[in-house]
Amino acid sequence: MALDTVAIAKANPDTNQPFAELGLKSDEYARIKEILGRRPTSSELAMYSVMWSEHCSYKSSKVHLKQFGEKAVKTDALLVGIGENAGVVDVGQGYAVTFKIESHNHPSFIEPYQGAATGIGGIVRDILTMGARPIAVMDPLRFGPADAADTRRVLPGIIAGVGGYGNCLGLPNIGGEVVFDETYIGNPLVNALCVGVMKHSDIKLAKAAGAGNLVVLYGAKTGGDGIGGVSVLASETFDATGPAKRPAVQVGDPFVEKVLIECSLEIFAEDLVVGIQDLGGAGLSCATSELASGGSGGMKVELDRVPLRDATLSPEEILMSESQERMCAIVEPKHIARFLEICEKWDVTVTVIGEVTDGERLEITWHGELIVDVPPRTVAHEGPVYNRPLAKPDYLDRVNAEVINVPRPETAAQIKETVLKLAATPNLADKSWVTSQYDRYVQGNTIQSQPDDSGMVRIDERTHLGVAIATDANANWSYLNPYEGAKLALAEAARNIATAGAKPLAVTNCLNFGSPEDPGVMWQFAESVRGLADGCLEMGLPVTGGNVSFYNQTGAVAILPTPVIGVLGVIDDVRIRTPMSFNRAGLELYLLGDTADDIAGSEWAYMHGQRGGKAPTADLQREMRLINLLVAGRTSQVFSAAHDLSQGGLSATLTEMVLRHNIGAVVEIENPGITLISESPGRVVVAIKPAQAAALTSLAEQNKITITKLGTTGGTSLVINGADISLTELRKAHSETFPKLFG
Amino acid sequence: MKVGVVTFPGTLDDRDAARAATYAGTTAISLWHNDADLKGVDAVILPGGFSYGDYLRCGAISRFAPVMEKIIDAANGGMPLLGICNGFQVLCEAHLLPGALTRNHELHFLCRDQKLEITNNQTTWTSSYKVGQEIVIPLKNGEGSFQCDDATLAALEGEGRIIARYVGENPNGSRNKIAGITNERGNVVGLMPHPEHAIDPLTGPTADGLGFFTSVLIAMVK
Repeated sequence: MALDTVAIAKANPDTNQPFAELGLKSDEYARIKEILGRRPTSSELAMYSVMWSEHCSYKSSKVHLKQFGEKAVKTDALLVGIGENAGVVDVGQGYAVTFKIESHNHPSFIEPYQGAATGIGGIVRDILTMGARPIAVMDPLRFGPADAADTRRVLPGIIAGVGGYGNCLGLPNIGGEVVFDETYIGNPLVNALCVGVMKHSDIKLAKAAGAGNLVVLYGAKTGGDGIGGVSVLASETFDATGPAKRPAVQVGDPFVEKVLIECSLEIFAEDLVVGIQDLGGAGLSCATSELASGGSGGMKVELDRVPLRDATLSPEEILMSESQERMCAIVEPKHIARFLEICEKWDVTVTVIGEVTDGERLEITWHGELIVDVPPRTVAHEGPVYNRPLAKPDYLDRVNAEVINVPRPETAAQIKETVLKLAATPNLADKSWVTSQYDRYVQGNTIQSQPDDSGMVRIDERTHLGVAIATDANANWSYLNPYEGAKLALAEAARNIATAGAKPLAVTNCLNFGSPEDPGVMWQFAESVRGLADGCLEMGLPVTGGNVSFYNQTGAVAILPTPVIGVLGVIDDVRIRTPMSFNRAGLELYLLGDTADDIAGSEWAYMHGQRGGKAPTADLQREMRLINLLVAGRTSQVFSAAHDLSQGGLSATLTEMVLRHNIGAVVEIENPGITLISESPGRVVVAIKPAQAAALTSLAEQNKITITKLGTTGGTSLVINGADISLTELRKAHSETFPKLFG
Repeated sequence: MKVGVVTFPGTLDDRDAARAATYAGTTAISLWHNDADLKGVDAVILPGGFSYGDYLRCGAISRFAPVMEKIIDAANGGMPLLGICNGFQVLCEAHLLPGALTRNHELHFLCRDQKLEITNNQTTWTSSYKVGQEIVIPLKNGEGSFQCDDATLAALEGEGRIIARYVGENPNGSRNKIAGITNERGNVVGLMPHPEHAIDPLTGPTADGLGFFTSVLIAMVK
C-alpha cells in the first residue's frame, strides 16, 4: 500500500476509505472530515477509529458516567479523580493508594490464557503509570455453567493466564470471584484489579507539558499483535459466522513487564519524567493523543523511529498495535541521559520518538513525510457521545411477578441436605483449585487473601498501616432490579472490608453489560450507574474511576447485568483486625442484621432453576450502621471472628467459618426454611468470647442493629437444629467440586 | 554479619529474603546480577522469582550472570549459599548442587502452606532446627519437582544430603519427596519452599522459616 500523507489527502479528497470496516459509522467519518477540513489520511483514520471505539471513547456510557462526578461527595481523600489512568486516594501517613479494575472479557474468550494474562498486564501498567508500586492484584471472573464443555476450555486457560502473568510479576493475588451462570457462556468476564502505593509527592500524570521536552518510548518493541484489538474485539458482538479474530489478541511477556516496572520505579524515584502514559488499548494512538491533550501544547512524533519486532509493519499498523509492555514518557532534555542510563541498566529498549511543541497539533511523520496532523483532543477526548435509547426491558415485569417455589429445609434431614448441597454447588464450593495457582505470599505483606472476606496488604512495615479491598457483584439481583443490584453490590463490598475492621474509603467499578444498541441493555446500564452513584453519595464514598465493558452478548442473549464494585478500605494497624473465622471452642455465635424471606435471586433459587421474584431493597443507612459497629468492634477487640453473609446465606457463611480452622459449631435457628437460605443483605455472623456479650449488646444498641444468638463454637460437626453434619463430610462436599470439574 | 541477596532481572522475592535476613539479625546487602562484586558479604541468598523470565530453562541463563562467577568461586571456598525456589534452580544449573527441578507433576503452578520435615541439621543453613522437626512454610512454584538419576539419589540419601522432605501428599512429584538438598560440605543449600515468607505469622503461615536465616548467623559467629 502506498503511503498516504496529509498532502495526498488534501489533493485527493474523494478517495474511498474503509471506515466501516474499522468500526466507524458514516456520521462519525463525516465528523472526522469536518474536524480536519479534509479527508483523514489512512493513519489518521486508524487513530480515530481505535480512539473512537466504544472501549476507548465510552461513547455510549459517558452521558451516564458523569453522575459519578455530579453526585460525588465532597472529600479530601481523593487526590486524583476520574479521567486519569487510575484514581488516587489519601490513606494517611503520607501514603496514597491507587486502584482500578479493568475488563479483558472479549480477548479471554478467544484466547483464554493470553487474554487473561494481558488483562493483568494492562491494569498493572495503569497503576504503575500513576507513579505507584503495584502491590497486589485481584480477579473477579465469571464463566458459563461449570459443567459446560466451553467452560472447561476457557476456565483453566484464564486461571493459568491470571496466575502465569501475575505470579511472574511478583504481585500477590489477594482475592476475587469465580461465578458461573448460563449467560456467560461465550462471554466469560475477566475483570482484573490492581492496587498500588506511593507517597503523595510521587503522583504522576499523563501530560505532555513544556515545549522541547522529549517523547520517549520504552519497553517492548512494537509488533503486529493486537492490531485493532480494541475496536474489533471489544466493540463488536460475537457472531458465530464471523471470521476468526485470533490475531487481534495481544500476547504478553510478564518478564518484560516485571523489568519495565522496576525500571520505571527507578526512573520515578529520581523524578525524571514530566508526564507518563502506558500503552494499552489503542497503543501509540492513545498514548500520543492523550499525552498531548493533557499538556498545554502540541507534539511531534517521528513514527519511523519506533523500534519494531516486524520490520514490515505499516505506519497505520504501528499506530494501532497493542503490543504489551510499552510505556511513553515525557522527559526534559536535561534528564534524558540519566533516563537512558537507567533503561540500559535494566536492558530495556528505549527510543526518543519525538518532542513536545508549542503548537496545538499532534503531528506524526513517517520518514519525513507528514502522515498525521490533528488536534489531539479530538482524538482522545472529543469523540462521539451517544445518548442511546433506553427502554425498560420486557422481561422485568414478568420475572418480578414470578412466585418463587423452592424446597424449604425444615426437618433435620432437609437441613443437612441443604447445607451439603449449597457447600458443593460450583458458585459456593471451595475455590482452592483456583487460588492455589496464584502466589499470595510474594512481597511479604499479605495479611488476608482468599477465602477471607477481603484482601488486605500492609503498606508500612513500621506503622503497620494497611489497606483492604473487596470486589462484589450480584448479577442475579441486578437482573431483577439493576438500580438496587448496584447499590447492594456496593454495600456488600463495603461490608466485606468492614468485617475485618477496615474503614471503607473509595470505590472503583467494572460495569459489564450486553450491547448498548439494545435499549433494554442500555436501560439496565443506566439504572446500574444511577444506583451506584446514588449509593456512593449516600455512603459518602467517592468513585475514583472505573471501566465499562459492553457487547458481552452472543446473538440476542446478553449477559446478566454485572456491575462489579470494588471498595478500598484503610486499617491503621493490620495486627489488630477481626479474622473471618474462629479457631477455638466455647465462643458464642451471633447473627447481626435482619433476615427476611429474600429468596429471589438467591443461590438456592438459582440451583432450582428459579430466576424470578423481586430483589431486596438496599438499606444503606442500616449498612452504614452495621459497618460502624464492625469497625468499632474491631478497635475495641470485641470480636473473635466476623464473616459476611451473601450468596448461600447463613448456610454458606457457617460452612466457611467451621471449615476454616476445622472447629465445629452448634446452632439453633428459627424458621430454617427462611433463615438458612435467605440472602437478606446487611448481615454478618460474629463470634465473641462470652465475656464480650455485654459489649456486643451495647454496640448493637448504639448502632440500632438487630442481634440474634445462634449458638456456640466447638466440636467436630456443624450442628443446626439437631442436624449433625460432620466437618469431614462437609469438607468433602465443599472441596471436591472443583477438582472433579477441572481435574 | 552481611548477607548478600542477588537481584536478577525477573527476581521477585529479593525484598522478602532481605527482610528475613534482617529479622534474623544479619545485615542484608543487595547484589546486582551484572556486577561481579560480592561487596564483602559473608553469605549469599539467591532468592525466588522468574529470573530472565525462566526462558530456556529455569535458572539456565542466570547461572552465567557476572555475579554468579564470584558466587560460585566463593561457595567452592566454603561461603554459605542458599538458593530458594528459582535460586535452587540456579544452583542446579550452576552444578553447585546435583539434579534438576522440573514441571510439577500436576502441571499447575501450586501455592500452598506446606509441611516439611527437617532431615539434616548439620548444614550452615539448618542448624537451628532439630532433625525430625516439622515446619510449615509456603510452597509456590510451577517447576518444583526434584529429579535426578538413581546413582545421585542413592548418594544424596546415603550421605544424608537431603535437608528437608515434604510431609504428607507429594505436592509436585519430587523424587523421595525431596524439598531441599545440600552439597557435600554443607555450605550450599537449595530449597524449593520459601522460608523467607514464613518469618512472621502476620504475613506468613508461621514463623517456622526464620531458622534458616538464624542458622547462618550462628554458623558465622562460630
